[in-house]
Amino acid sequence: MRLTRYAAAAAALGVVLTGCSSEAGDQAQDAAENTVEVQEDVSFEAGTTMAEINEAGVLRVGTKIDQPGFGLANTEGTPEGFDVEMAKIIAAELGLSEDQIEFTETVSANREPFIQNGQVDIVIATYTINDTRKQVVDFAGPYYEAGQDIMVASGNPEGIEGPDDLAGLNVCSVEGSTPAENIRTNYPEATLTLYDVYSKCADDLLNGNVDAVTTDNVILTGLVAGNPDAFELVGNPFTEEPYGIGLTLGDTEFRDFLNDTLEQSFEDGSWEAAWDATAGAITGEPAPEPPAVDRY
Amino acid sequence: MSFLADNFPLLRDAFLTTLALTVVSGLLALVLGTVLVAMRVSPVVALRGLATFYVETFRNTPLTVVFFFLAFGIVQIDLQFPSRFITAVAALSLYTAAFVCEALRSGINAVPPGQAEAARALGLDFRQSLTTVVLPQAFRTVVPPLGNVWIALAKNTSIAAGFAVTDLTATLQRLANANADQLVLVFAAVVVGYLIITLPSAWGIRVLERRLAVLR
Repeated sequence: MRLTRYAAAAAALGVVLTGCSSEAGDQAQDAAENTVEVQEDVSFEAGTTMAEINEAGVLRVGTKIDQPGFGLANTEGTPEGFDVEMAKIIAAELGLSEDQIEFTETVSANREPFIQNGQVDIVIATYTINDTRKQVVDFAGPYYEAGQDIMVASGNPEGIEGPDDLAGLNVCSVEGSTPAENIRTNYPEATLTLYDVYSKCADDLLNGNVDAVTTDNVILTGLVAGNPDAFELVGNPFTEEPYGIGLTLGDTEFRDFLNDTLEQSFEDGSWEAAWDATAGAITGEPAPEPPAVDRY
Repeated sequence: MSFLADNFPLLRDAFLTTLALTVVSGLLALVLGTVLVAMRVSPVVALRGLATFYVETFRNTPLTVVFFFLAFGIVQIDLQFPSRFITAVAALSLYTAAFVCEALRSGINAVPPGQAEAARALGLDFRQSLTTVVLPQAFRTVVPPLGNVWIALAKNTSIAAGFAVTDLTATLQRLANANADQLVLVFAAVVVGYLIITLPSAWGIRVLERRLAVLR
């Protein structure tokens, strides 16, 4: 069949093109082995979101599929990472197995509409809690504290130690992201190059078109892991980015449930195990102290 | 409404970037497309082959791939455009030129063969008969398809947003993420920006079409 041969060639090309991100993907494979014990015996008060999800037998989760360590689609298209593990922990508490989680890709710009329109039950997608977003959605957590950091070419030729050193240099980030906004407002002397995805920033740093890439440290760590010979992390976070779980505005019962689940996972070690199997496997660093849940 | 007022400078700059991308790439594509169509109908086999190869390559390659190649591909052979804006203009005009060429060719085919024969009988050479007899008539009949190409180009400029050009679409991404509570307004502002370019174009094309119509 000619057609199948072309399809195979196209698929092979696809593998080559995405080859750069596959190393981090391999490490996330370990995550698939990490299983959480599903609560068999759960009952929720009728009418609550928990009862509805339990009855429907499916938890719909919005996550990213392009962030190594947090949410990255593997070769079968299934997302893997720390965010995905958090979804599994929550599903388990709802009496659902991981097969009963339905993942939808959400990107930075569409997370609120997905929650508001009810297309997903929760969003776990390196979602920074902030006041503007709190106007339209509610947040459980945080379940992780990230911070903005800087990635440079290995050897750090420009000698960048922190954001103040970026003045006069070409800095790459993603259009619309909080880190880009931070550089624009607080470090206006840096020249920003803004793409739609971080992988293009990594390409530009490799080419020497930009001097540095800046965003949340966890994202940069994934990029460094993808090409450890060419990149290094400055390792001096200069902001606080609390990652939360987004849910429908005003659903207090569900938010309390999610917060309780998170706190429980902090205590019983499942949070730490999730970290070690995903983001921790990429950075090689032990799990940090879990953050304090903010019941605002 | 204060939201729009606050972000007006941002939206205006983005609009001007999109407009500049459209106009500059459109003019370059028109010039390049005209050269290409002259090659495609020329009596020289090598020129015909070259132009056909160009058209088939760029017409059948997704625009994003052309962008990717110019932004990240040619670096491998130590070539580089001086700015992201110029990269975008190059990608858009190279791509659009293929469509301009094909639109013009359809126009040339629509010019009755007797016209070119008469020009030749008068002693005009290939270049003269093309520029003074065939192309002027061809341009008239291709106003509607060229108008389509132009409007498609105006919308295709949005791909540049993914390649570090702050156009309307890039601004949409920035504002949408920073103003989760004003999404509808952000989308509306950006759509209006595109409509300001495309709607008058459509109207202009209609006027041009009426003015230039060949009465037969």
